[in-house]
Amino acid sequence: MVDFGAEIATRTLPLAGAHGGSSVARLELAAPAERISLRVAAADVAALSAALGVDLPTEPKTSASANGRTAMWLGPDEWLVIADGPGEIGSGLMAEAAKASVPHSAADVSHRNTAILVSGPGAAATINTGCPQDLSLAAFPVGACSRTIFGKVEIVLLRTAEDVFRVEVWRSFSTYAFGLLAEGAGDAAL
Amino acid sequence: MLLIHCPYCEEDRSELEFRWAGEAHIARPDNIAAISDEEFAEYFFLRNNEKGLTYERWRHIHGCGRFFNAARDTVSDKFLMTYKAGLPKQPIPAETKAEAIAEEKTVETWEQMEGDAR
Ligand SMILES: [Zn+2]
Repeated sequence: MVDFGAEIATRTLPLAGAHGGSSVARLELAAPAERISLRVAAADVAALSAALGVDLPTEPKTSASANGRTAMWLGPDEWLVIADGPGEIGSGLMAEAAKASVPHSAADVSHRNTAILVSGPGAAATINTGCPQDLSLAAFPVGACSRTIFGKVEIVLLRTAEDVFRVEVWRSFSTYAFGLLAEGAGDAAL
Repeated sequence: MLLIHCPYCEEDRSELEFRWAGEAHIARPDNIAAISDEEFAEYFFLRNNEKGLTYERWRHIHGCGRFFNAARDTVSDKFLMTYKAGLPKQPIPAETKAEAIAEEKTVETWEQMEGDAR
């Protein structure tokens, strides 16, 4: 595939330069990542898992990670799959999904979303300023994920460690989400 | 804040994640072209707007995205039961019903408050 102009085009990332946080919660921008929105029927989940190299979780609110990608359960036939880390753009989630010769829908949403990493002892309290979910470790353990609401925008929340959350948000909502998180981080420190 | 049990997520979640989607169990006529205007109006426009037990569709729009069915008491706003889309109308378990009726007696309705005011 000819990547015409890719060398000279500069892309301004959503939230470029944004900074915020408090003594109990740190806000950072996640590195750009490749993402697909995946829909597949229960009978064909195994074929997509094999093609993507990660077992698509079938339990509500759970995620699975393998081979540098994380698959998050969003609904009974719906997943968000993210290729981790910098330099993974173009690793080929779309191409790999296409290798599964079963009916499915994979949409590249790499640039639809951006992600904010919230970490620190006040991370859960920061998110709870705008999100009604129970984020105690019992109800939302490490690896748990959920599509939910944060203030007035929809997010996908993933707990990557006891005190670290990844907040996936649509890029056009990201300034709102970051602003509310920054306010929340301040409140969590009171 | 109301907590609503999503039958797909299998847990109680905040009402903020849900959206109401109208009366449940309305069957589309098999041959819609063959029915009379009155039958069409009944099917398409007219809803029961029940006081008390009502069956509704809800959607976990900011969650798993699924539509499902719910039995709700429109006086107390209590959700009595939820179940997956596509299932026939489910009976309310007797103990849930008894609980709801007991609770309803203590609920302040507009009519009661109006009565007090007079
Ligand atoms: Zn749900």
